[in-house]
Amino acid sequence: MKLNQKKHLDMYYQMVLIRRLEERAAELYQKGEIGGFLHLYIGQEAVSTGLIAARLPQDRVITAYRDHGVAVNCGLPVNAIIAELLGKATGVSKGKGGSMHMADTTRNFWGGHAIVGSHLPLAAGLALGDQYSKQDAVTICMFGDGATNIGYFHEALNLSKVWKLPVLWVCENNRYGMGTIVENASAVSEIRQKAEGYAIPNERVDGMDIMAVYEASLKAIERVRSGEGPYLMEIMTYRFRGHSMGDPERYRDQAEIKKWQEQDPIGIYHAYLLEKKIAGQEELDGLEKRAEEDVDAAVVFAHSSPEPAPEELYKDIYAD
Amino acid sequence: MTRLTMREAISQALWEEMERDTSVFILGEEVGVWGGTYAVTKGFYDHFGAGRVKDTPIAEAAIVGAAIGAAMTGLRPVAEIMTINFAFSAMDHIVNEAAKLHYMFGGQFVLPLVIRTVGGGGRQLGATHSQTPDAIFAHFPGLKVVAPGTPEDAKGLLKAAIRSNDPVLFIEHATMYQVRGEVPEGDYSIPIGVSKIQRPGKDVTIVSYSKGLELSLKAAEELSKDGIEAEVVDLRTLRPLDMDPVIESFKRTNRAVIVEEGWKSYGVGAEISSRIYEEAFDYVDAPIKRVAQKEVPLPYNRDLEQMALPQVPDILAAVKEVLNG
Repeated sequence: MKLNQKKHLDMYYQMVLIRRLEERAAELYQKGEIGGFLHLYIGQEAVSTGLIAARLPQDRVITAYRDHGVAVNCGLPVNAIIAELLGKATGVSKGKGGSMHMADTTRNFWGGHAIVGSHLPLAAGLALGDQYSKQDAVTICMFGDGATNIGYFHEALNLSKVWKLPVLWVCENNRYGMGTIVENASAVSEIRQKAEGYAIPNERVDGMDIMAVYEASLKAIERVRSGEGPYLMEIMTYRFRGHSMGDPERYRDQAEIKKWQEQDPIGIYHAYLLEKKIAGQEELDGLEKRAEEDVDAAVVFAHSSPEPAPEELYKDIYAD
Repeated sequence: MTRLTMREAISQALWEEMERDTSVFILGEEVGVWGGTYAVTKGFYDHFGAGRVKDTPIAEAAIVGAAIGAAMTGLRPVAEIMTINFAFSAMDHIVNEAAKLHYMFGGQFVLPLVIRTVGGGGRQLGATHSQTPDAIFAHFPGLKVVAPGTPEDAKGLLKAAIRSNDPVLFIEHATMYQVRGEVPEGDYSIPIGVSKIQRPGKDVTIVSYSKGLELSLKAAEELSKDGIEAEVVDLRTLRPLDMDPVIESFKRTNRAVIVEEGWKSYGVGAEISSRIYEEAFDYVDAPIKRVAQKEVPLPYNRDLEQMALPQVPDILAAVKEVLNG
């Protein structure tokens, strides 16, 4: 699938929208309007934007707790995302999930799962479901480098290979699991090597360059769809902000952050679009303005949305 | 009616549901070629094939996690965890995922999932393979916990569990597979979350479930010889808990003994007795007694193991105490 101009512009818009959404979320958090934990996706926008742009509508996406960006890429309305952050009835999970637990199954986004690594076996199960029902779908499972040190990762990768499940494992290696650098937590610092132990083909991809992510994802998804079984991508990225809003950031210095910020994925894509004459400066300015306005409108929407009704407390504990 | 063993009743429920609905499939350790560690799925692999009777690696988190994921796609997996002791390896998926996803995502999808497992001591398997931790699982809203004590209930409740859109932990007892009982002919199911009076009586209420039911019914027979008529209430489902038959019975007998195989501390008996005190305090004629496992890791030695497990004489003694109270 060759990217046309419309799709390029949409991807650029999504990246900027994520950036603005996360900046606004940080402000709302600091004002005390958002409770709990807040994990921002700033710096990692090219990963999920490029990856999810390469999926077909029937392909399922499941991720960990750093899920706002993924939600945007899956097409969840920014109104409902911010409403969820504010715990409102109009939120994607009716205000019952919060930042870490967003999902919209109508858009094949199966959540935001907040126990590290715990959703990898679920992803194997989603893929198993499609295999069992003979659906031509791929499950895309995103997780951080930290998740590759817990048993669930290993159980899920093993099962996916044994059963030849249509699942694409995507490790977003942002160098740190909370405040612990990969080298201090993982026996191999090149995470993709762990896939070798399960005979799962794999590759490492530059996650600051959306075109690299998109092209690798397109190939990987089609490869999985062809019935060859699972595949693992390790996408190298960096979060510009702390692990969560409560991060003292004692584990890395400003120079390192600055070095990575010089490779801002939005800046790289911006330059690419201009250089390839896919878009002009004015068009990109327009998209940036639209993203800003959309986030503004979403905050207004969320503020004016009702709180969940008290009877919601006891609703949906069971389906029967 | 026909007489079946517990094993046959459970096996029939699975078989009939798999015949009825192609979205039902089984996954677990040794469920296929081996035929199930407790032989419940014997013959299934040959009849339904490897696609629907899936042997898994020894990886409980993967088994339960994959079953959850498959249920999210609309299938009705029946995951077998070889013994409930191994369910601790999948605890995260049972309590942090299965029990919460429907609620946490605002009811967007259902989890029609059954986890069949086997609990209980009495087979000299030592401390790690003999536990009855049912109460732990019953602690979590969002999970349904079923533990039948008769073949009729086992078949009917397992069918209901498979047809349910909620995650159900279905706990069988390791020493009860050969227990025989009358089972209705043809297709039937028994609703989850409904307790049942298994033996009527007027003098004392014995509340129990699973293996404890077997012991309680034996005790009731003994008591009857002494002219004491015990009413035995079988919880059948630990969550959601149906207290109505317990409270109604207690209001008639004013005395209760609760029998469980698990440890007494923080257990099923603690819950049931509290509920009776909360809901029927004015009817209490004697302090409620609990019969449960001694507070030790279950030992291997046969005599020590039997000392630690609740026995019929323990129930008889407790009943006599509440009657004299």
